[in-house]
Amino acid sequence: MDAFLNQAFAGLSMASILLMVALGLAIIYGAMGVINLAHGEFVMLGAYSAWLLQTYLGLGILVALPVVFLMVALVGLLVERGVVRWLYHRPLDTILATWGVAILLQQLVRSVIGPESRYVAGPSILDGNLVLGGVVMSNYRIFLIFFSLAVVAATWFLLKRSEFGTKLRAVIQNKEISECYGIRADRVYSLAFAYGAGLAGMAGALITPLVSVTPTMGTYLVVDAFLVVIVGGVGSLLGTVAAAGLVGEATAMFSMLMNDTIGRIAVLLAIIFLIRFKPMGLFPDKVRR
Amino acid sequence: MKRRDFLKGVAVAGAAGVVGFPGIWTQRKAAWAANGEIPVGILFSLTGAVAVVERTLHDAALMAIEEINDNGGIHGMRLRPFIEDPASDPATYADRARRLVLRDNCVSVFGSYTSASRQAVLPVVEGRDNLYWYPTLYEGRECSRNVMYGGAVPNQQQQEFVPWLVENFGGRFYLIGNNYVYPREENNVCKMILDQIGGEAVHEEYVPMGHSDFSSVINRIRQTNPDVIFCTLVGDSDVAFQRQFHAAGFDPEQLPVASLTRSEVEVKAMGGAAAAGHFSSAPYFMAHASPENARFVEAYQRKYGSDQVTHFVSEAAYFQVYQFKAAVEQLDPSDITPTNIRAAAVGQTLMAPQGEILIDENLHTHLWPKVAQWDRSGQAKVVLESQERIAPEPYWAYEGQRCTGEGLVTL
Repeated sequence: MDAFLNQAFAGLSMASILLMVALGLAIIYGAMGVINLAHGEFVMLGAYSAWLLQTYLGLGILVALPVVFLMVALVGLLVERGVVRWLYHRPLDTILATWGVAILLQQLVRSVIGPESRYVAGPSILDGNLVLGGVVMSNYRIFLIFFSLAVVAATWFLLKRSEFGTKLRAVIQNKEISECYGIRADRVYSLAFAYGAGLAGMAGALITPLVSVTPTMGTYLVVDAFLVVIVGGVGSLLGTVAAAGLVGEATAMFSMLMNDTIGRIAVLLAIIFLIRFKPMGLFPDKVRR
Repeated sequence: MKRRDFLKGVAVAGAAGVVGFPGIWTQRKAAWAANGEIPVGILFSLTGAVAVVERTLHDAALMAIEEINDNGGIHGMRLRPFIEDPASDPATYADRARRLVLRDNCVSVFGSYTSASRQAVLPVVEGRDNLYWYPTLYEGRECSRNVMYGGAVPNQQQQEFVPWLVENFGGRFYLIGNNYVYPREENNVCKMILDQIGGEAVHEEYVPMGHSDFSSVINRIRQTNPDVIFCTLVGDSDVAFQRQFHAAGFDPEQLPVASLTRSEVEVKAMGGAAAAGHFSSAPYFMAHASPENARFVEAYQRKYGSDQVTHFVSEAAYFQVYQFKAAVEQLDPSDITPTNIRAAAVGQTLMAPQGEILIDENLHTHLWPKVAQWDRSGQAKVVLESQERIAPEPYWAYEGQRCTGEGLVTL
């Protein structure tokens, strides 16, 4: 039983990381329809921003989070202004363009900061473990679970309750009509893209205590993020949350029953089946386009 | 153009080719070393996934070349490095190696970190009978006459390490590695030793390359309750595993991680606190006390920055250039060919930072294995030093096969 509960917690913890990485993509890909292959690199830039702030200014990652968010959001804004905005009417070309941006960012970091993996200290107040019976839970992972849910709540509020969200949803439904009502669609898109990038950056900063910070760290994450968004249903926030939970727990359970390698394969197979029978994902977007 | 003119043109061009480029017919035109220069290839990735490590090997090899040139070269000739960036892609390694050997006329190529890239280069250097100097520890089970192996093979890393671990911590091992050939071969050797001395592998598992979430593995470690974690994870996976293992609150005195692949580079990335108290086995550690090593570390940090570390692969990348130099010095300048260099290198000894090493006739290197314990500063303290130089036996785990001076022999 303890083994099962420990594993369930591991799954939840994986889900929280997936959720944070995928949330930014849920907006950029889900809402705006841009297939952003540079998303993993935004995560990587977030991790490097956290490293910079910690090494040169002595800021812990929790304190640095808002700054990291702004730094990566700025990069996102530049990418949107410089590249993506020209491609909204050619969505497939965004694949190639953002892939190029990804390679560029990766090599830039490698050339400027160096290829070696960097060390970022975790927050010391979250060291240690919470032990309940036979279940051992790392405090930092518990924090990540709650933090990711908080970010979802904030994003939901931004999209559904704020004026910006209303404008964004209007632009997504019909760009031309929205512009007739005085909404500056290009500005709304820029800000939404920057927000998605900022979220990715924050996710990158938060996973630094668990992984190794290298220029290539984003490559693995972007695949998982796309899986989560597609399983959840493009454009659905709730779907992203549910899919992250599902993929995280499925990975944990399969790897308990078999091992991590086969567990991973099993999860991918399960996703293929799911997409076969529910091509629009778990919670398809019901908006007419 | 008329057909007759065309044929005439082809004939003229062909004749010009025969006369103008006799090298096409005679295979070798000029001597290998000419114009006061000895061309050597440097084939380490500066971009892509393995650039993290290979950059340091590139730096170490170039530093050795520079030192040799500053001290008058070899026979008054300078080493001229031809640098290629194979971009972490095995097929590109083969392509660039071909370029170095054919176009640039290199007498030797220094390169590769991964086995995949070495094996991609193998047909090129074997086909042209050139020499490839490979600095990395690897899984053994290879016996090419065209590769100079500078790193440890399994018996050199494990034959003292595993019994020592069993004696000090107990015989129940949890084997974890990335899913490719190196960890599997090393674990075979480990299980073989455990069988002989009465230990057991309680669990053996492999995770995909780049795997970064180890919560399931850590849960399994809790359940199986082993005495030692025998770890052959590499690079980012090793860093992620150790950070998460440390955060999960295990005590290194009760359950140490014993790694074959963890060097100063990985420890720097995971932080000294996470690595402190755990063990690595390798022929070289940056903190090893010897005058040669003090000189090496000092020169390296002066050249590349005081925050840089040297490690067991960059040491080999460095000393292999000196092995090359020592071999070429024995040759008459007109005799400098890859095969003569190989013949001159066999049996040669050299004071490397790790101690006095010897090139075996099977082209692997006799090394000084050490076991070291990491401390919070990110350095390793050597706790067990081999009493004698250990001979390389790349087919140690394979009864009936031996790598000798004539290549692989089946007994």
